[in-house]
Amino acid sequence: MAVVLDKSHRWRVVLAHIAIIGFICLIMFPFLMIFSISIRPGNFATGSFIPQTISLEHWALAFGFSYQGADGALLEPQFPVLLWLWNSVKVASLSALILVVLSTTCAYAFARMKFLFKNYMLNGLLLLQMFPSVLALVAIYTIFDRIGNYVPWLGIESHGGLILAYTGGIAVYIWLIKGYFETVPVEIEEAAKVDGATAFQAFRYVLLPIIVPILMVVFLLAFIGAINEYPVASILLKSTDNLTLAVGVKNYLYPQKYLWGDFAAAAILSGLPITVVFLFAQKWMISGLTTGGVKG
Amino acid sequence: MSRSFEKIGQLLVAAIAVMFGLYVVAKIYMAGQFILAVVCLAVLAFGLFVYTSSRAYSYRYLFPGLMATLVFVVFPIVYTFAISFTNYSSRNLLTFERATEYFLGQTYMVEGGQSYAFTLHRDGHAFRVRLEDEQGDVFVSPPLALYKGPIIVEAQVPAAGDAPLAEPVDTKVLISYLPNLKLVSFQLPNGQLVSVTGLRQYGAVSKLYKANADGSLTNQQDDSVLTPNMKTGFFETSSGQQLTPGFTAQVGWSQYTKIFSDASFSQPFFRIFVWTVTFAGLSVLFTFCVGVVLAVLMDWDALRGRAFYQTMFFIPYTVPAFISILIFKGLFNQNTGEINQILEMLSGFHPSWFSTPILAKSMLLIVNTWLGFPYMMVVSMGLIKAIPADLYEASAIAGAGPLTNFFKITLPLIVKPIMPLLIASFAFNFNNVMLIELLTGGRPDFLDTKVPAGTTDLLVSFTYRIAFEDSGTNFGLAAAISTILFLMVAVLSLINMRLTKVNVQEAR
Repeated sequence: MAVVLDKSHRWRVVLAHIAIIGFICLIMFPFLMIFSISIRPGNFATGSFIPQTISLEHWALAFGFSYQGADGALLEPQFPVLLWLWNSVKVASLSALILVVLSTTCAYAFARMKFLFKNYMLNGLLLLQMFPSVLALVAIYTIFDRIGNYVPWLGIESHGGLILAYTGGIAVYIWLIKGYFETVPVEIEEAAKVDGATAFQAFRYVLLPIIVPILMVVFLLAFIGAINEYPVASILLKSTDNLTLAVGVKNYLYPQKYLWGDFAAAAILSGLPITVVFLFAQKWMISGLTTGGVKG
Repeated sequence: MSRSFEKIGQLLVAAIAVMFGLYVVAKIYMAGQFILAVVCLAVLAFGLFVYTSSRAYSYRYLFPGLMATLVFVVFPIVYTFAISFTNYSSRNLLTFERATEYFLGQTYMVEGGQSYAFTLHRDGHAFRVRLEDEQGDVFVSPPLALYKGPIIVEAQVPAAGDAPLAEPVDTKVLISYLPNLKLVSFQLPNGQLVSVTGLRQYGAVSKLYKANADGSLTNQQDDSVLTPNMKTGFFETSSGQQLTPGFTAQVGWSQYTKIFSDASFSQPFFRIFVWTVTFAGLSVLFTFCVGVVLAVLMDWDALRGRAFYQTMFFIPYTVPAFISILIFKGLFNQNTGEINQILEMLSGFHPSWFSTPILAKSMLLIVNTWLGFPYMMVVSMGLIKAIPADLYEASAIAGAGPLTNFFKITLPLIVKPIMPLLIASFAFNFNNVMLIELLTGGRPDFLDTKVPAGTTDLLVSFTYRIAFEDSGTNFGLAAAISTILFLMVAVLSLINMRLTKVNVQEAR
């Protein structure tokens, strides 16, 4: 750097370090707190911030075991956290899979074919993805209520219905994959077609293997999106065993039944894997988005 | 040769698919869902065209994806508009036909009629009822599921070859099914209607209402007439008394006039609107300020360990929001929350975060800033990297300090490209129902309103409460507010697209 340095420069660096570390402590405070609460006995104890006695009762309950308290009382797990996590993972991976399949085929047509209304459709999709599904909750609820009268496994209280509702958010992924397709030269498929491949074969055997990285990215984005989705899941799912994590965890903190300690353990247990997936995916997603389909 | 076999196979598959589709459409139509049936029929016809015509080849790739968008994004939007012109709510839930059926299923006891002893018998998952009158004649019902609304079923004299009934269920089971049994009337072979009149007894009953040609119902007991009022969605007696259940009626613009002219609705609506805009605006401002300052720091070469800092700053973004929001909910708790404990130690101050409106609002903004700044930081970092370094070198030669650099070079250069993202973030927070529902639930509530409305409610969480939490479950009103929100979001999106387009053109 050719920037001229003056005397106060060193002090500024030190000050910046102190400020940043202070800020990190501030944003990390909730996580440190929640960890300390999860190993503190009882749900109401308002003791010191570093627990004097360590108790694993909340962790045992979060894993679904009952716990023999110090006073001899047997504590039973209140909520099936691991089941909720499984529900979330199930719904999220299935809907992400469906989204990948649907958006890949769509994006292929948009990137490589000429047809009527193509630009209108593309712009329409762009416009539609700006309207959040929260605004149509009443309609979504009614639609699935009615569908459920004919096909119970797609109605209210079914994971099938929720998965179906999530497949609507396809527009943004179509645009993403389409952009990636356009980095792949058309000549690759044309060569395949010269060798006698049909359009579908060129798509399936030539193009698809090249675009695997972006499909991974789309899968992860859709997966994380579905795990974090609250409003639609909260109106479609009601019974305790059916809930996804996003809807279920709030049950710990009802004013009438405030299970602060149990919540802490459950939050770490269920939130940590998702956070790890996100952190791991983050690096991968950035590299998948920035490198094109063709190397060298 | 094999080619033609393949063709026949394809035709066969197509035929089966079409038959199945038509069957579903017919079933939906028979259930009285006319609009849904037409939509399904249109989808089916389009699908058939796409997969048979070679001219529509490219649509074969598009069809599944576009259908998903059409059915789960476009249709709900249109349907929301449609619902906003009805009085669809928990009091007006049924269609007109269903409501009529309900009244026609009502019966009353005939005085001096015959009574029948009855027993309930299991038949697989269903139940059969055995009736025996005083002369010893026996009638048996077909298997009944026992969860539907009021229905009339024919009961027959059992034939000689019929399989014998199972043992009668015990009294406990019988009592548990009595409410369901009360909805079922039986028609005996001689035309007599019978209904439950006691724990072990059926009695002769007669239909309470007779349908007239104009849609009105005549009460057979006292000859009064119920007329359906298509404006209010209720059957009404001649004196104007409304009978439940009501049916869904078209009410035109009345939901909208209610929002804008009825003071008990318009007052909370506008107060909530002002808070929604304030909340979304301040959230964007705060997250952007924190994010951009951190981004500038992260671009400072003299600072070591930036990669580590960056990861730490990013962590709030990677934790699922529904978990961090709930963590804050607990930390802010007035009595047991750790934040209040610290404040008490430091200053003796003990704020009630959830019951004082201004504190609840500040809490929402604090939490939302915490949740949102990492995104702003990452975005700003990308833009700051793109600023040519010689600008800063020139300003250093001119003797400018870091503050001058920030306000005269960095900020002006990133404001324009980041604007669409800020607007998108505004639109997101405008509709941030998850934060409100999980943290405050919209509370503390206004005390002077007819519908439950909270001081921290956003418009969208307000509709959520009207539709799904409030005991009234007023879908029509919620749909009307949603429609207004759609228009607002549409305006925001148009502004955003315009700005994006300007940016793209300037970049060329």
